[in-house]
Amino acid sequence: MACEVRIPTVLRPAVGGVSVLTIEGTTIGEILTNLTTQYPATKGQLLNEDGTLHRFLNVYVNDDDVRYLGGTDAPVAEGDEVTLLPAVAGGAQ
Amino acid sequence: MLTLTTAQRDAMIATCIRALPNEGCGLLLGTSDGVVHDVVPSVNIADSAKVYEIEPKVLLRTYRRADDEGLEVLGVFHSHTHSEAYPSPTDIGQAPDPTWHYVLVSLKELPTVVRSFRIIDGVVTEEDVVSPSV
Repeated sequence: MACEVRIPTVLRPAVGGVSVLTIEGTTIGEILTNLTTQYPATKGQLLNEDGTLHRFLNVYVNDDDVRYLGGTDAPVAEGDEVTLLPAVAGGAQ
Repeated sequence: MLTLTTAQRDAMIATCIRALPNEGCGLLLGTSDGVVHDVVPSVNIADSAKVYEIEPKVLLRTYRRADDEGLEVLGVFHSHTHSEAYPSPTDIGQAPDPTWHYVLVSLKELPTVVRSFRIIDGVVTEEDVVSPSV
């Protein structure tokens, strides 16, 4: 099963410049692992070494943040849209 | 150069004052020539006086709105409650996008200081903040 993954501007150079990819997978973990395998330049920007989500990446299935859907275990169904957005963070510290 | 109205500037400052004692933050929606169309306040989910993070749902919603309205997410604003309106090492390290405008609101003293920066490969360059000509 495949779904569309929307790629943020800052990651597009790592995936050949496109804004949407079609990636196979039934969970967010599978999708991100497959994406990293197909586009090795994204390695380390999506998942940590231990397979957990990168702290500064927001991942959504349709309108929902996957942190509330089980993280990398979040299920993805045919026709779902996955959106990746870098977290926007900083501060005086 | 970043172009924003007095009302938009005031909206950023108001968001930052409301967030006290924490840092306040939000996104800027506009056109690629740096003209701001709307200031989108966010909750600071870091819930901290020293760091900020935009609420992920606000981020997604603002990107969707930009697509719908033919606009772009131009950048982000946040406050420094007790320091200058200049990007900190944390701000520079976490600046995700070389095309973005990074606006700093300092509440250290009155009058409130608003400055805007570009951060490209760790290099900070200040840019002018102007009001639109009527």
